[in-house]
Amino acid sequence: MATVLKIENLHKSFTLGFLLKKKEILRGISLSVEQGEVFGYLGPNGAGKTTTIKCILGLIFPEKGNIEIFGHPYLSPKAKEKTGFLPENPYFYDHLTASEFLDYYSQLFLMKKEAKEKKIKSLLRLVDLEKSADLQLRKFSRGMLQRIGMAQALLNDPSLVFLDEPLGGLDPLGRKEIRDIITRLKDEGKTVFLSSHILQDIEMICTRVAIIVNGEIISQGALHDLISEKILFTEVILSGVNDKELKELGECISGHGERTLLKVFKEENVEKVLQLAHSSKGKVHSLIPRTETLEDLFVGIVKQR
Amino acid sequence: MKIKAIAFNTFKEAIRDRILYLLLFFAAVCIIFSRLLALLTVGDKIKIIKDVGLSSLSLFGALMAILMGTGLVFKEIDKKTIYTIISKPIHRYQFLLGKFFGLVLTLFIMLLLMSFIFLVLVFFHTFKIEWGMLIAILFIFFELCLITSVALLFSCFSTPILSSIFSLAFYLIGHTAWGIETLIKKIPPGVGKTLAQFLYHFLPDLENFNFKTEIVQHLDIPSDVYLYSILYGIFYTLFVLIIAVLIFRKRDFI
Repeated sequence: MATVLKIENLHKSFTLGFLLKKKEILRGISLSVEQGEVFGYLGPNGAGKTTTIKCILGLIFPEKGNIEIFGHPYLSPKAKEKTGFLPENPYFYDHLTASEFLDYYSQLFLMKKEAKEKKIKSLLRLVDLEKSADLQLRKFSRGMLQRIGMAQALLNDPSLVFLDEPLGGLDPLGRKEIRDIITRLKDEGKTVFLSSHILQDIEMICTRVAIIVNGEIISQGALHDLISEKILFTEVILSGVNDKELKELGECISGHGERTLLKVFKEENVEKVLQLAHSSKGKVHSLIPRTETLEDLFVGIVKQR
Repeated sequence: MKIKAIAFNTFKEAIRDRILYLLLFFAAVCIIFSRLLALLTVGDKIKIIKDVGLSSLSLFGALMAILMGTGLVFKEIDKKTIYTIISKPIHRYQFLLGKFFGLVLTLFIMLLLMSFIFLVLVFFHTFKIEWGMLIAILFIFFELCLITSVALLFSCFSTPILSSIFSLAFYLIGHTAWGIETLIKKIPPGVGKTLAQFLYHFLPDLENFNFKTEIVQHLDIPSDVYLYSILYGIFYTLFVLIIAVLIFRKRDFI
């Protein structure tokens, strides 16, 4: 697979306060993104995720390092023609209607009238804003702004899309809609660079991730390589069994009515729990083996730092 | 084409700004007030109306340029709308020029409206269309273009309040800089004279665009004076815009 984004040894610092104290935000970031993958860029707040994206898109200038997009220098119009960007908490020209807004942005790509009109219609359909095409953006809800932001990011049919916290602040339905669009982009063969700290969503849609903490990449690779598939413990929900006997086999987490949630760490004890339930004429409601999640990995790494 | 798109969007945004209409209202009030002032003053009533009217056009035009121009770039950075624009295949200078031309277009329309009110008022007193007034108005427009570029320059690195103060200072200094010329003649040679000479050449001279008195008094103005003023306006505006572009292209949008 071809490399669409290559970052080498990226450094950026800002001067803060009256005394112009220098604060290092990025300390030698290096990563590469391959064509067609959904690349998750994870990190706690203030780790440097947005700063990295701003450097890539030419909104701020790195002090050191090299960035290439599709083999072109990152600031060249050729590189920008192939990319799309949805910023965090997007805010757009609120005096424009949705279609006026997309029309304005399409002019920045020098799109021809017919192609422009067709594209705007299809994008409004994609983000489910056809009915709000003539509504001013100031009347848009947060979810709608996120969706119109997604539409502007896709105006030029980009091969590489940067999404900065696209799922932040959205309700479950809004999150699902954005997730579906990202999945669709992936199916169309586009590359998505997704910065987020909502780990469940990253786990669901990303193929490869990089974890950034304090301006440094701590870990990167394919999701299945990073997360161990070894069973960490088994969660068993059961009823009609004496709690005292269960405590010897695992950790009783909670009791809701007659039901008990038991965390069993040893695999041989799972069998014993089932036998106990059978002999006590109890009932097993669910039995779920838990493997390591991205959240476990992330929390582990961040705590180590 | 990209500059045009940004200019039209800036124009659309500007004409929705309430402050513009507030200033337009006060400009209209001042122009009409000149009629009342003419009644209370000894002298040629028509000349008073023309003098006050043209001065109102210049002052309120400058206020529009300063109050709107100083927020032009700052607002885009503050509201983060600039993120999605600069990430598109567009050069930073194109963005800045688009903003400049958008506001210049807005000021042009506003100046047309104010001029219409003014010329109608003059017409009711003279019963003829005074085309000569249009020359004075054209040079007011040149002055407004220069003030817009200065407001845009300050807007690239400062807050709207500070930029407004700086731009207003530029406007006031620009209209009083001729006093330095008198000072140069009066002070003896030395450091003071050299400093005054430096300031005289460095500071803007907005009086180059002021033909109000000459036109109201129907005085002859040589064509090379007009030419000098036009070239002065174009080159000074270009110079300020180039500085603005140089600052803007290195700016981080945090």
